[in-house]
Order: sequence, then structure tokens, then C-alpha cells
Amino acid sequence: MSIGRPPGELPPLANDEILRYSRHLIIPEVGVEGQRRLKAARILMVGAGGLGSPVALYLAAAGVGRLGIVEPDVVDETNLQRQVLHGTKDVGRKKVESARDRIRDLNPHVEVVAHEAWLGSGNALDIIGQYDLVVDGTDNFATRYLVNDACVLLGKPNVYGSIYRFEGQATVFCTDAGPCYRCLYPEPPPPGLVPSCAEGGVLGVLPGLLGTVQATEAVKLVTGVGEPLVGRLLLVDAARMEFRTVRLRRNPRCPACGTHEIRALIDYQQFCGIRGEEADLAGIPAMTVAELDARRRAGADLDLVDVREPHEWDIARIEGARLAPLSRFAEALRTFDGARDVVLYCKSGVRSARAVRQLQDAGFRRVWNLQGGILRWSEEIDPAVPRY
Amino acid sequence: MPVTLRLPSVLAPSAGGRTVHAAKGATVGEVVADVATRYPDLGARLRDARGEPYPYVVFYLDDEDIRFRNGFATPVADGAEIVVVPAIAGG
Repeated sequence: MSIGRPPGELPPLANDEILRYSRHLIIPEVGVEGQRRLKAARILMVGAGGLGSPVALYLAAAGVGRLGIVEPDVVDETNLQRQVLHGTKDVGRKKVESARDRIRDLNPHVEVVAHEAWLGSGNALDIIGQYDLVVDGTDNFATRYLVNDACVLLGKPNVYGSIYRFEGQATVFCTDAGPCYRCLYPEPPPPGLVPSCAEGGVLGVLPGLLGTVQATEAVKLVTGVGEPLVGRLLLVDAARMEFRTVRLRRNPRCPACGTHEIRALIDYQQFCGIRGEEADLAGIPAMTVAELDARRRAGADLDLVDVREPHEWDIARIEGARLAPLSRFAEALRTFDGARDVVLYCKSGVRSARAVRQLQDAGFRRVWNLQGGILRWSEEIDPAVPRY
Repeated sequence: MPVTLRLPSVLAPSAGGRTVHAAKGATVGEVVADVATRYPDLGARLRDARGEPYPYVVFYLDDEDIRFRNGFATPVADGAEIVVVPAIAGG
């Protein structure tokens, strides 16, 4: 199987391209036709972060003709530990601009199309429809279900990869024969149950392992070489350095690729419970860092509680706080005094909002969430507290 | 010979910090219940209030998805390996 145009319609290779791609051309399974297929290929990368970095570099080096990149973010210093597409000089720049420069340097034959936007239900079919296949390197469940449904509706293969800490998953969804993401996971976990890499961390080289698997599968799908990772889910455990493949089956009752009851894109924020949680957390009493600072300076008797995990407490903390991790918050409820004002904080204010809700549910009334968490405290009040 | 239950590292904190557990049981559900007895927090991450698997946590028995067998009622042989694969979304 190879995707794209019939052999008679493939673009020719110029002499400089023949030299550049010589190590491909002398593999009989790839050859001139395979390289011409790569030149004709139009591949969309969703995300130019950890997974997208090796994907972009290897697909560009391989000579993919058109590489689309959907990525609304700018390069942040915390990206550089794993996002090797971007450099120190790029901090603060748009990722699509940084990616374009790096790819142009690597291979000027590649046309980079920058889609500097959030992929959503309003633009996904239009954007994905311009490409032969998609490489999913996003960092959230809502976009993964969106990419899946759009690929099923358009009949485009979806080269999937996802990572967390030391572990990763990869497969190819949405081919004619294969299952889709909803066959594997019919519903997402509730918001907050599975931490993101920003919340839980990720080993820097892990996206290198999984992203190169995705790039490999994309090249195989385009050229038709080998056996694609369809109907098999690759599980990578970098901590034990174990690779395992489990069998993936198409679910005949899958609403996307089985019964086809999903005929149009839906509201994926709502599907993933994010709107419900936003509404639930909207009424949480909040305190600004300036207000907390002023009240402490005035000598107020406050119980300042850090709900992050102990290894985060070791990185940075607000002086005078005590630790009560959200993961064991139920055990800590007895340590709270209903007569005192309680201010809870975490890294950015999301986990502490959940902790405030738990205290309210337990009957506490004088409880506030510190807006923006320790990051905002570092930015506005005490720059000696390191950001992470 | 016991059955091996392999957890992802994201669930290890709920299971005494370990990812590989020896357990007993004639079905996948019994094996899960055996480990959940030792680690109640883990039980809540593996089964819903009705004792059924969540749609975002997949159990593989010797590399086969138990949803295409008989779910938690799928029988397990001595020496079998159950791998737990929850949804992750990092990129």
C-alpha cells in the first residue's frame, strides 16, 4: 500500500535531489519511485512540540514535498529540554516560524505550510483535507479526538503517538482496514485525572523515540515499504527499555469508523468534559498574589497550603506555606481549621481550584484559590522563587 | 503459578510505587480485585463504581484486548500476563 498519486503522475527528481537522496534511492524497496512519492507527499503535522520535533526533522530530511504544521504556540524555555526543532535563539518566537527556518536549513526542497491556529471543529476538515496523511503530535485529548474524527470522515491515515513521563504509545489509525482512536479509547478520562506533560513531566528523549516511530510510519505509508503499524499498538517503556506490541481491533460498534453515526465534527471540549469543569470551577473564590502578599505583610493569620506533589515542593515553594498534596488531599482534611482563612496554591491554579472545591464540599467556607499559583507569585511578587 | 499484572508508571504511586505485581485469580476481574484489595486507591483507577473497566483504561491479556474476549470475566491461565494501558495525551 502506498498513498498519493499513480506512478505516472509523480514529480521527477532533479540531479541535486538524486544526490541528496542517494541513500534512499539505492534501497531497492524505496528506489526512485519511492523518493518521487515522498516528493509528491503532503503531510500535516498537528503540533510542533516534543513529538513534532523529530517528525519534522526526519520527514524534511527524507524529502517530503509539502509539510504542513498546525501549531499556535511560541517557543518557551521549558520546551528546549525535548523540542529539538527549536533552539535557544528561538525562545519567544512562533514555533511555526522557528520550524520553517530549521526545515529550510535542513532541506530547502521541502515546502513548509504554516497553519498558525488552534485546530478546531471549524477548520479541521478544511486543513486536513489539503493533505495525504496526518501525524498527531498534540498534547491534549480534545485535539486527539478531533484529529481522529476528521481523519475518519476524510479517509486520511492518522499516525498517532502520545507520551507521558517514561512511557509512550504509537500506532497508525484510520486506514481502510484499521481501527481508529475511538476503537481504542471510546471516551476520554475525566479532566484532571491524567496529567499533561506540563503538569507531570516527560523524559526529554522519550518524544525522540516515539516521534521517530511516527516519522518512520509516515515514510512507510507514503512509499508503501514494509508493514505499517496498523492494528497494532506499540507500547514503549523507556524506564525498563521495553517495547511491546499489543493487538488493536476495529470495533464494529465504534461511532466513528464502525456505525458511522458521527457524520460531522462535534464540540470536543465538551466531549472531554472541559467545559463542564470550567463551569464547575468558575465559582471558586479566588485571591490574587498581590492580595495575598498585602494580607501577609499586614500580619493576617492565614493557612497557606501548597497542594502540589513533594517533588515539586523541592523545586520551589512560597515561604511560610505547608504541603498537602492533592493526590492525598482526603487524608489532609483533618489538618484544616474552619475558623482560619485558608489559601491554597499549586503551580498555576488548576489543581488548587479542585482542592478548594474539596474543602468546600467538606464544609469549609473561608477558603480561597491563589490565582496563577506559584508561577504568578514568582512573576509578580518574589522573583527569587524559580519558575519551572 | 501466579499471574503478572503490569501497570504503567502513572499508576505506580497508587500501587506501592511498583509497576509489576504478582496476583491470583481465575479471571481478569479476579486478578484486578486481588491487587485492588492490597491497594484500594489503585482499584478505583482500574474499575468504576460498578466494578467494570473504564473506557479509557484498556486491559490486555497476553497482548489481546479483553473487550474482544469476555471483559473482566475472561479466564486467565497460570503464568498469564495482564498489561494495563490507560489513555495518555502528551506530545
